[in-house]
Amino acid sequence: MEDIVLLDVIERYLTGQMSPEEKTWFKQLREKTPEIDQMVVEHKLFLHQLDEFGTRTALKHTIASAHDNLLQKGDISEGGEKTAKGRIVQMFHRYKKVTGIAASIAGVTALGISVLVATLSPNINKNQFEQLNRKIDIVQKVTNDRLNHEQGNTAVKPKPDYNFTVGGTAFLIDGKGYLVTNAHILQGSGAVVINKGKELTVKIVAIDKSKDLAILKITDDDFKPITNLPYSLKKGNVDLGEELFTLGYPTDDISYNLGYLSAQSGFKGDTSSCQISLPANPGNSGSPVFNKNGDVVGILTAKQAEADGVVFAVKARSIYQMINELKESDTTVQKIKISNNSTLKGQSRVEQIKQVEDCVFLVKAYNK
Amino acid sequence: MKPEINEQLLLKGLVANDTKAVETIYKENFTMVQSFIINNNGSYDDARDIFQEAIITLYEKAKSESFVLTCQIKTYIYSVCRRLWLKRLQQMGRYVMQTDGLEETVSVEEDIDVHEKRNADFAMMDRALGSLGEPCKSLLQAYYMQKKDMTEIASEFGYTNADNAKNQKYKCLMRLKKLFFTQYNIGE
Repeated sequence: MEDIVLLDVIERYLTGQMSPEEKTWFKQLREKTPEIDQMVVEHKLFLHQLDEFGTRTALKHTIASAHDNLLQKGDISEGGEKTAKGRIVQMFHRYKKVTGIAASIAGVTALGISVLVATLSPNINKNQFEQLNRKIDIVQKVTNDRLNHEQGNTAVKPKPDYNFTVGGTAFLIDGKGYLVTNAHILQGSGAVVINKGKELTVKIVAIDKSKDLAILKITDDDFKPITNLPYSLKKGNVDLGEELFTLGYPTDDISYNLGYLSAQSGFKGDTSSCQISLPANPGNSGSPVFNKNGDVVGILTAKQAEADGVVFAVKARSIYQMINELKESDTTVQKIKISNNSTLKGQSRVEQIKQVEDCVFLVKAYNK
Repeated sequence: MKPEINEQLLLKGLVANDTKAVETIYKENFTMVQSFIINNNGSYDDARDIFQEAIITLYEKAKSESFVLTCQIKTYIYSVCRRLWLKRLQQMGRYVMQTDGLEETVSVEEDIDVHEKRNADFAMMDRALGSLGEPCKSLLQAYYMQKKDMTEIASEFGYTNADNAKNQKYKCLMRLKKLFFTQYNIGE
């Protein structure tokens, strides 16, 4: 009760409701009693605080209603979604940028991983697969540069607009001018053969891509037919380890290489060809493979890319097969009489080569 | 009317809690602040909160006797909002936008500090009032905030006479004081 009276007095004092006499009395009281003085100060502060609080509340109210008014009038807008939107929708709006970034990172990562998986894991398969293609490295691809160089060096005068693409080797199977070479050499519209700097035009008689064989006929008037070829084509099998040699044109000059039969079957067990251990270079495609008696037992076609000295040769038997098949359909081929008489047996290698080299030609395919 | 005079009038209206002045200030500045907040990772609700805080800060500044308007209301509000929003972003641990020096701003650091101190005080008062319970709360609000006459209050609240209401009011006030100062002293 005492406190209440005191509060009333203080409040009246603070709000100026006191009479002058009462005021003087209260002032004296304040001076005499520090507790009362303290109470006055405290109460003054409190009342001020309360007053401010009241004003602030009123102001907030005014602002809030101003906001609602303006919103209703359309002077300001909140995208028409002030409260209609749920918390989740608001969260979505707030975080959509972050979510978007996160999603794209996740997407990119997932994509990256799948690309990585796709490239890495089948890579093993792919390599095996590629090996299929690449192990057989086509022996006889001569670059244009080299060909151009050759043109300068030799007396060869190709027709002005001829564009040599590929080069290789061919050899006679019939003295009348029939040659055998690899089908893959003949990339272009035509070919010429060269022997000892003499260029002769040829006609492509037949191509068998499955056997990788092609038959050419020399049509040039400069060609002098050879009545008897010094070598024959041997149908039979060659024994493992048998000494073999070859003559070919990896460069402008004919070159000799020596080796031996290392397997009866060719690449990946291909029985129509055989495997020979022999140094061969690009340009040796189409080279005849001779046994020590000077019989042609095969024709070089390819080499294994990752192994040195492993080359493959199509067996001579395939040439017979091809010509027999052709004879059934093509009358011009019927004239071919494959040489079956060897005169080289028992001669020294140097002698053998001397006789054979006239029958081995450099082939150049060209584009008109 | 010159723009400066116009702004002075607006501020006077704001201090006097004039609805029209508040609405004008609101209308002229809200959209700018809203797009700023939205473009900087905020929501519509954030924009409203921040803007209203800024108006109150402006009100407090305009109310003080030493107040001199050194810039346009727009610039002042923008500066306050920018500062407040940066602070809030930092509190939430989000990244801080890199827009320094691109817009015209004025230093509002002190004003915001004062404002925040007051906010804290008012929050205490609000809590004290809240825990006071009825009818004390309404009684005190009616007398001290709405400045109603004691007789009016007595009839409104159903007291037999003004003296009884006054007695009751003092009792309530003492309780409120106690509640408030307990918090206040803890707060200090």
